[in-house]
Amino acid sequence: MFEIRFHGRGGQGAVTAANILATAAFYEGNDVQSFPFFGVERRGAPVEAYTRIDNKKIDIKMYIYNPDAVVVLDTSLMKDLDVTRGLKKGGYLILNTQKKPSDFNYKDFKVAVVDATEVAVEFGLGSKSSPIVNTAILGAYSKAVGNVKIDSISKAIRDSAPAKAEENANAAYESYKRTVLGW
Amino acid sequence: MVMMMLKGNEATAYAAKVAKVQVIPAYPITPSTLFPEKVSELISNGEMKAEFIPVESEHSALSAAIGAAATGARTMTATASQGLALMHEVLFIASGMRLPIVMAIGNRALSAPVNIWAEQQDTIAQRDSGWLQFYAENNQEALDLSLIAFRVAEDKRVLLPAMMGMDAFVLTHTMEPVDVPDESLVEKYLGPPEQKYPTLNPSQPSTFGAFVFPEHYMEFRYSQFVAMEHSKKVIDEAFEEFKNIFGREYRKVSGFMNEDADILLISMGSMTGTAREAIRKLREKGEKVGLIKLSVFRPFPKEELVEITKNARIVAVVDRNISIGFAGAIFTELVASYNNIEKKPKILNFILGLGGRDIRVEDYIEIYNRAKEAENRGVKEIQWINVDEDAVYEVEGPL
Amino acid sequence: MKITRGVVITEPGSTALEETGSWRTFKPVIKYEKCIRCMICWNYCPEPAIEKQPGENYPVANPKLVKMEIPVINYRYCKGCGICVNECPTKAIDFVREEK
Repeated sequence: MFEIRFHGRGGQGAVTAANILATAAFYEGNDVQSFPFFGVERRGAPVEAYTRIDNKKIDIKMYIYNPDAVVVLDTSLMKDLDVTRGLKKGGYLILNTQKKPSDFNYKDFKVAVVDATEVAVEFGLGSKSSPIVNTAILGAYSKAVGNVKIDSISKAIRDSAPAKAEENANAAYESYKRTVLGW
Repeated sequence: MVMMMLKGNEATAYAAKVAKVQVIPAYPITPSTLFPEKVSELISNGEMKAEFIPVESEHSALSAAIGAAATGARTMTATASQGLALMHEVLFIASGMRLPIVMAIGNRALSAPVNIWAEQQDTIAQRDSGWLQFYAENNQEALDLSLIAFRVAEDKRVLLPAMMGMDAFVLTHTMEPVDVPDESLVEKYLGPPEQKYPTLNPSQPSTFGAFVFPEHYMEFRYSQFVAMEHSKKVIDEAFEEFKNIFGREYRKVSGFMNEDADILLISMGSMTGTAREAIRKLREKGEKVGLIKLSVFRPFPKEELVEITKNARIVAVVDRNISIGFAGAIFTELVASYNNIEKKPKILNFILGLGGRDIRVEDYIEIYNRAKEAENRGVKEIQWINVDEDAVYEVEGPL
Repeated sequence: MKITRGVVITEPGSTALEETGSWRTFKPVIKYEKCIRCMICWNYCPEPAIEKQPGENYPVANPKLVKMEIPVINYRYCKGCGICVNECPTKAIDFVREEK
């Protein structure tokens, strides 16, 4: 079983990212689950969403406490929040940032970075004040973790995006290319 | 069939679609809102042909459903928590009028304190309303049990409305792969929505929901009681036929690693899968423990439950509800089911997961450990799991 | 955790303890030399996180306005919704990406 936690802000699309990743992993023959941190939705407020992937049937229905990977859509969250909470040693930390992996001091985790905000703005996703980075960051997930192929992610994006399907899928490919691995 | 990634609310919306439900009156409430949203979307896309009636309250939603069902239309709605509570008086009207309405419930705690998260208190509080009650463990079950609910509700031997409960967020907002069956197969299973009972029809005027004096009232209530008893057999038939057509097996009561178990846990709803994981872990350590899953609460499957639990030494009943002043509902009814039976296991009650408190594998292991203690010494009959008893002690004093 | 009977919260003002400024991704910054002190931003701010303050010591777009109050953003509560940026008639509010 592989468990992923997404951190974002209400409106950035963290929940949709968790759903798209689950859908993509399902296309590859896995059993999957995705769910939001259950609660009230407020634009800008910190939100969490989760994806579970397994090659056999997933029975459990509980929160994820020890994820194998953490995806951060908005690094401004990291000031007030320990995004590595419960992250397994050697786990993946995928960050949307302009910084380099070496700018972060996490010796227990594999840090991968991409400027998904820049990619989202380039592809006209969301508005400038609130770019929607969820599809772009999934490209980085695929590059960093590799257990869900970028082609599956792009298919899941095309199948589920209510608008700008092509731009969203291309944003994922673009950030896949731009992702910098810190290991 | 087609596999789709669906949230629980979407799964029940697709159940409405493939069952060719004709009328859907609904009023949105968290965590059920996605049901009317999805149904509206399917109708506006032309994927589904049904009349969607937006109403001004849950009371009106069920009242409109009664009107629709009285014309013979296949009718479905959805609600949760306060919405279901607001329907309370109308629930009895629907069952008293013997209208086979199906209602999907996002099982959610009741206020106060205001809380939108998972708990089964809302439907449990309506257990006396004359509705059948099914509970889903996952989104596939939410879809399947909605179809099964129609089949049982519309059966001429039953003609009672049915609720299909799925835990708030844990199912309603969780996305999983769901097999959405073909409409043609569902039509074979349910039959076309046709009039199986007297209906509102201008060419044959009838009176519905009439006034009845004491000299006759009890016969109508007894009639409901008999129909609910009949539904036990009809549910088994509906499960069997469902397996034949769709290949998925359901039982009112099903066991997991229970054959040789000394201690049995009983669970209902979304936390059952987590319980299975706990049982596997305990079995790996050589513990003789098993799990009983309840998929139907009304009619209460007392015969099956007694049969499957009678050889255990201890039965630990897990309730995500509490009747303040006594105990959890499943516990209460299991204990009552053993009335007049000599040999019975020790039965304990564990209350957990109220107001959406996460139910984890370790909570079930804790329950098992506490139940095991009861083998050697007396323990409290009703125990609350994962609750800060000290904080309550500060305010209420010792129990 | 401390609980009370009947969920009564006896300390008023507890909502102010939640500093919603952490929700921001973009930050509004008022360029006072373009601000005409019309207070439309103050009026529209939903939080509200814009306060009226004496304006004598701030840069001014027009000397006639110097005695008027000016809007000051309280970043402890500003959620970065951008409504003020959108409503400002003289485009005197920039919206700047924050990486905290």
